[in-house]
Amino acid sequence: MKKKLLSILLASAVAATTFVGCGSQTSGGTKEEGGSTAQTSEGDSETTEGTEGDSASAEGAFKIGAIGPLTGEAAIYGTAVVNGAQIAVDEINALGGDIQFELKGEDDVNDAETSVNAYNNLLDWGMQFLVGTTTSTPCVAVAAEAYADRVFMITPSGSSVAVVEGKDNVFQVCFTDPNQGKASADYIAENIPGEKIAVIYKNDDVYSQGIRDVFKEEADAKGLEVVYEGTFTTDTATDFSVQLTAAQAAGATLIFLPIYYQPASIILSQADSMGYEPTWFGVDGMDGILTMPGFDTSLAEGVMLLTPFSADAEDERTQNFVATYKEQYGDTPNQFAADAYDAVYTIYESIKASGVTPDMSTEEICEATIPVMTQITVDGLTSEGMTWDASGEVSKSPRAVVIKDGVYVTP
Amino acid sequence: MEFLSYLISGLSLGSVYALIALGYTMVYGIAKMLNFAHGDVIMIGGYVSFIAMNSAGLPAGVAILLAVLVCTVLGVLIEGLAYKPLREATSLAVLITAIGVSYFLQNAAQLIWGANPVSYTPVITGTVSLAGGKLNISIVSIVTIIACIVIMICLQLFISKGKIGKAMRACSEDKGAAQLMGINVNRTISITFAIGSALAAIAGVLLCSAYPTLMPTTGSMPGIKAFTAAVFGGIGSVPGAFIGGLLLGIIESLTKAYISTQLANSIVFAVLIIVLLFRPVGILGKKISEKV
Repeated sequence: MKKKLLSILLASAVAATTFVGCGSQTSGGTKEEGGSTAQTSEGDSETTEGTEGDSASAEGAFKIGAIGPLTGEAAIYGTAVVNGAQIAVDEINALGGDIQFELKGEDDVNDAETSVNAYNNLLDWGMQFLVGTTTSTPCVAVAAEAYADRVFMITPSGSSVAVVEGKDNVFQVCFTDPNQGKASADYIAENIPGEKIAVIYKNDDVYSQGIRDVFKEEADAKGLEVVYEGTFTTDTATDFSVQLTAAQAAGATLIFLPIYYQPASIILSQADSMGYEPTWFGVDGMDGILTMPGFDTSLAEGVMLLTPFSADAEDERTQNFVATYKEQYGDTPNQFAADAYDAVYTIYESIKASGVTPDMSTEEICEATIPVMTQITVDGLTSEGMTWDASGEVSKSPRAVVIKDGVYVTP
Repeated sequence: MEFLSYLISGLSLGSVYALIALGYTMVYGIAKMLNFAHGDVIMIGGYVSFIAMNSAGLPAGVAILLAVLVCTVLGVLIEGLAYKPLREATSLAVLITAIGVSYFLQNAAQLIWGANPVSYTPVITGTVSLAGGKLNISIVSIVTIIACIVIMICLQLFISKGKIGKAMRACSEDKGAAQLMGINVNRTISITFAIGSALAAIAGVLLCSAYPTLMPTTGSMPGIKAFTAAVFGGIGSVPGAFIGGLLLGIIESLTKAYISTQLANSIVFAVLIIVLLFRPVGILGKKISEKV
């Protein structure tokens, strides 16, 4: 009896601690949210005071939801998206115009199911625009829901084609995976020709596979020589020595890595211990490698990547954004933060162009803003003169940067 | 020449699996339970050594000792709190508890250290170049293989010669009878967990040094692979775990090199299924015939 009691106690203790685990995870998320809503409501009250009696719509703000991984493996991206969006929201609210925003961030742990739940939570909250989701796989799932529910959705960084395909209400701020693959191949063909190329990609990931497919196609079309292709999956993402040895044996002088920074950091370190020094070429998923705790940034020396945003850019707007971000969040913003910032400004422009008001329903707003999206031009941090076509894909120009002494510089 | 390098990659991957599998197999052999939290103890070992080196600035040797110490205490605690009360329960209940402990450790690690991956600073660096630079072997791989062999031999001697070893074997054969013979079964099992967890700490340090990344889920996949290796070699057999681990690593690596990187896991597990079809007890497993 005593033993039974004890085991019940223990089981409940384990259960309780697991719940505590979950609880505090979400409370980490809600802390973010709490923080951001607190900030916006402060901003709100200030502006309401300022513009009191000015217009009826001032008391109602547009509700923007943001979704991304705030915890988990890809937390760096989701946190950046929520923070970047918050800065744009604060800026627009500070203008004191008729258009005011309220932002709420939700955590999806880079998981499709959790992401749909987060989306539903935001709808319950009264979301009228969705900035998100951050990562491709959950984004495809949420986009399908948003299409059915008629919610205007603009993803800062969900770059897979499947996100926008066949959905008139879903738009992207980042360039699509195929565009990244194509742009990478074009860049290599133009600027570093004559390299023998190896590709190492993650074939259970729609992002990585998507970029690789178009890269391969474009590389063949441009006459680039791809001498080796190696894959890995979530389960085999610890050891890359075989792929690296094979690439080296095939004589590869440039390795294209259409993958996220975490496996990339292992690849760089293993190649270093093998004494293999090819040119490394990454895509936007590589962004974040320099801020990884414990990572020896000298390993990333000379890594090239295509990214639309560089915190070192000298224009005033980027400088201001970087300064504000550093001041509020104590970190240098990455591309994801800039994409989210641009997403909020795109929503701002679409509201101005369509004349929707906060008292309209989510569905009405969605139908009214879709047609203007193909007409507006947005100058953002990630590109000047961004435009959209009916497919939802953005037209902008990616830029190549190279890592030198631990920072991005233009080659 | 490439074949040799693939073989070496396989050996070093396999020796990490083998090192983890030793812990699995020892606990199974003696306590007759699958400690699914083993992989997560490895992760804790990795974090403890990472923090000791990067935040506290301790030398690598002290960091490893500290990791071994923390993991040993943790292993005994887990056993005492979660498994001991279930000694008389069905094996299924214990198995589920072990899975619970595994999730508990992962979530606790996420709370304490956060979810972002960190880049582990290898305790041993450098490579040995052979054949005019065509063949590079990282020193950590060599150390892992040697550590694995040394630990295997020590364990084998410990279990077959010493007094505690004898008690362990007795518990493994029949707990009730062992108790009647005056063996403290609970203490013996606690010692087994202490040794298993100390091994996990060493495996954690070597795993993270060979594949320098660390996050709360770091231990789970190698843990499952190592469990597979232990079954492959014959669960409960110490040399079996060693052989199983090495074979698994070599098959994985050669498949990646010569057949397809995409099919690596499928082929590894297909080989496992075939082996188990012909030898259900694993390569070195003992056949236990039951008298009716």
